[in-house]
Amino acid sequence: MNRNSTNFWVGVFVLLGLAAIAFLALRVGNLMTWGEPAGYHVTARFDNIGNLKPRAPVKSAGVVVGRVEKIGLDPKSFEAVAQIKIFPQFEFTKDTIAAIYSSGLLGEQFVGLDAGGDTVMLKEGDVIKKTQSAVQLEKLISQFMFSKASEGGTAQTPVAAVPAAQIPAIEGVKK
Amino acid sequence: MPIRTSIGAVGEKAANTVERIGYFSRFVVGVLRSTPAVFSRFSLTLREVYFAGVFSLVIISVSGLFVGMVLALQGYETLSIFGATESMGVLVALSLVRELGPVVAALLFASRAGSAMTAEIGLMKTTEQLKAMEMMAVDPIARVVAPRFWAGVISMPLLAAIFSAMGIFGGYLVAVKLIGIDPGAFWGQMQAAVDVRHDILNGVIKSIVFGIAVSAIAVYQGYAAKPTAEGVSAATTRTVVTSSLAILAIDFILTVFMFRGTGL
Amino acid sequence: MNPTLSPSNQIEIDNVFFGYGARQILKGVSLKVPRGSVVGIMGGSGCGKTTLLRLIGGQERPASGRVIVDGKSIPDLDKSALYAARSRMGMLFQFGALFTDLTVAENVAFPMRENTQLSDELINSLVLMKLNAVGLRGAAQLKPSELSGGMARRVALARTIAVDPDLVMYDEPFAGLDPISLSVVGQLIRKLNDALGLTSILVSHDVVASLKIVDYVYFISDGRVVAEGDPESIRASEDPFVKQFVNGFPDGPVPFHVSAKDYRAQMLSPSAP
Repeated sequence: MNRNSTNFWVGVFVLLGLAAIAFLALRVGNLMTWGEPAGYHVTARFDNIGNLKPRAPVKSAGVVVGRVEKIGLDPKSFEAVAQIKIFPQFEFTKDTIAAIYSSGLLGEQFVGLDAGGDTVMLKEGDVIKKTQSAVQLEKLISQFMFSKASEGGTAQTPVAAVPAAQIPAIEGVKK
Repeated sequence: MPIRTSIGAVGEKAANTVERIGYFSRFVVGVLRSTPAVFSRFSLTLREVYFAGVFSLVIISVSGLFVGMVLALQGYETLSIFGATESMGVLVALSLVRELGPVVAALLFASRAGSAMTAEIGLMKTTEQLKAMEMMAVDPIARVVAPRFWAGVISMPLLAAIFSAMGIFGGYLVAVKLIGIDPGAFWGQMQAAVDVRHDILNGVIKSIVFGIAVSAIAVYQGYAAKPTAEGVSAATTRTVVTSSLAILAIDFILTVFMFRGTGL
Repeated sequence: MNPTLSPSNQIEIDNVFFGYGARQILKGVSLKVPRGSVVGIMGGSGCGKTTLLRLIGGQERPASGRVIVDGKSIPDLDKSALYAARSRMGMLFQFGALFTDLTVAENVAFPMRENTQLSDELINSLVLMKLNAVGLRGAAQLKPSELSGGMARRVALARTIAVDPDLVMYDEPFAGLDPISLSVVGQLIRKLNDALGLTSILVSHDVVASLKIVDYVYFISDGRVVAEGDPESIRASEDPFVKQFVNGFPDGPVPFHVSAKDYRAQMLSPSAP
C-alpha cells in the first residue's frame, strides 16, 4: 500500500467527515445561537400556563424576541410563574402585556408580547404586570354551551354573542 | 442430583462471565496504556483509519442516503394527516442527528469494519504472528491492537456525521424535489428546531461512545479468539452481535440522560 | 539467585513441571544445551516439545523446576529484563509466522527497526545480507502471500537471525516442506549455527532431517525425557520407544490401538459403538 495514497485518502475521509459536521452545525442547526444567547430575564404570572413549555419562543408582532426559560408554580398564590429571557437588542415597556397564544389549533404555544406606551422599560428581574392566560378549549366549549342553554330561557342578548375571546381576557387581566 | 448440577452450571457460567469481564477490562486498560506509543507511531494508526474509515465511506453514504429518503417518504404520510408537512425538515433532521445517524452508522461500522478488525487480529493470532512479535520484544497490543482501536474511535463520529448529512440530503431530495414541499419551510423550520448544542453535539457524543464500544469489542474478540479457523469465525460473529447489542443498550442509556424532559 | 551452572551450557532445564489444571504436560524434564551446539528435541505430537520452547522464551512459567538461559533464571525475570533476554534469542515459528501486511524485506527489517537505533541505510544493507545468507535476496519486494512454503520458511529464518541472537529456537522447521526445501532449511540451520557461533534448539518430529544436522537429541514422551544421545547412538539404540520412533513402526510403546473395549464383546453387543 503506497504510503502517499493512503495518507491522501485518509485526508479526504477526515475532510469529508468534518465537512459533514460543519454542514450539520451551520445549515441544519443554528450554530449562530451557540451556547446560551444573551438576554435579560423577566417574569410573568399566569392563571393558566396551558401547554407552554420551556424553550418556547417569545414573540412580538410575530418576531422571535426571546425564549421561555423556566415554568413554575407559586406555592402561595397558586399562579403559574414563567421566567422569560428577552434578547438584549429588544426593549419593552413596563406596561407590556404578555399573552399565551397557540400557533394553529394543534400547534405549539408561545408567549406574545404587546408593548404599551410607558416611558420606563423592562429590565432584568422585572415582573410583567398584565398577562393573558392560555385559552382552554374545554372552558370555551362549556361557556358556549352554557350560554346557548341560557339563550333558550331569556329573550336578552344571548351571552353567547359576547365574543369568546373576551371572556378569557377578562379572566386574565390582573392588577 | 440434577438440580444441584444445573445450579452449579449456572453458577459456573456466571463466574466465567465475571472472569471474562475482568479479562476484558484488563485488556482495555492495556490498550489505553499503550496510547502514547500509538500517537508517536501515527502512521500505523493512519493506515488503520484508511482501512476502517475510508473503506466504510461507500456503505455509510449510500445507507444514509436511503435512510433519509425513507424517513421523508414515511414521514410525509403521517405529517399530512395533521397538516404539518412543513415540519418534514425537522422530522428528518432530528431523527437523523439525534438517533439514526449515530446508531445506524455504528451498527454498519460494527459489521463492516469491526468484523474486519476481529478477523485480522484473530488471523494474526492463529498464524502466531502475535507470538513472533512478542518474542522479538515488540508489544503486540501497542503495535497491532491499539492503532486499530483508535482508528475506530476516530472514524466513528466522522462516519456518523456523514451518514446524517447524506440522510438529510436524501430527505431533501424526496421532500422538496419529489413531493414538492417548500424548500424554505424545509430548511427554515429545521434550522429553528435543531439546536447545535442539544441535538448535534449530543449526537456526536453518542457516536464517539459507540466508536469506543465497537472498537474495544472488535479488537478484544480478535485478540482473545481461539487460534483456529472456527475460532476466528466465531469471534467475528461475536463482534457483530455483541457490538450491536451494546450500541442499542448504550443508546438507550445515553438518550435517557441527554434528552430527558425536553418537552419537545 | 546464582545457580550452579556449567559455563559451557547455554541452557539448563532442571526437573521442570508444567501443565494446565488436570493436564500435566511436563512431569520432571531435565536437559542441557551446550553452547554452540545444535540440539534436537523430538517426540510425538502434544508431548510438550513446543511447551519447552515457550518456557525457554519466558512465555510460560513452570510450576516447578528451573529454566536457566545464559546464566539467568527466566521465570524470575521482570518484564524489561525478560524483553532484554528475548532480544538475545531468535525463534522460528511453525510455518514462519511472517507478518502478512509487510514485504519480505520489511519483515526481516522488523526486529532491527523496533529494537535498534540503526540508520535506514544500515538496516537495508543488513537486510540484504541476511536475505543473501538464505538465498532470497531476489524476493525482497514480495509479500508473504506470494511465497512458497519453503521460501517463507527461509525468510522467517533470515528474520530470526536479523539481530544476531545467541540462541535460536526452531519450532517444527521441517513441517510441510518439499524434499529440496527440507534439505535447504536443514543445511541453513547447521551452517548458520556454526558460522555465527549460535546455539540452536530444534523441535521436530522429522527424524531423518533432524538426525542429519543435530549434535545431540532428547526424546520426550509422556512428559519425561525417555532417551537421549548423539545421532549415532540414537540410530543404534535398542530402547523400544526410540526404535519405534526412529524406524516408524506402527506399533510399539506407542500403541496402534487406542484403548477401547473388548473387540469380541463390542461386535456381539447390540448397541452402537
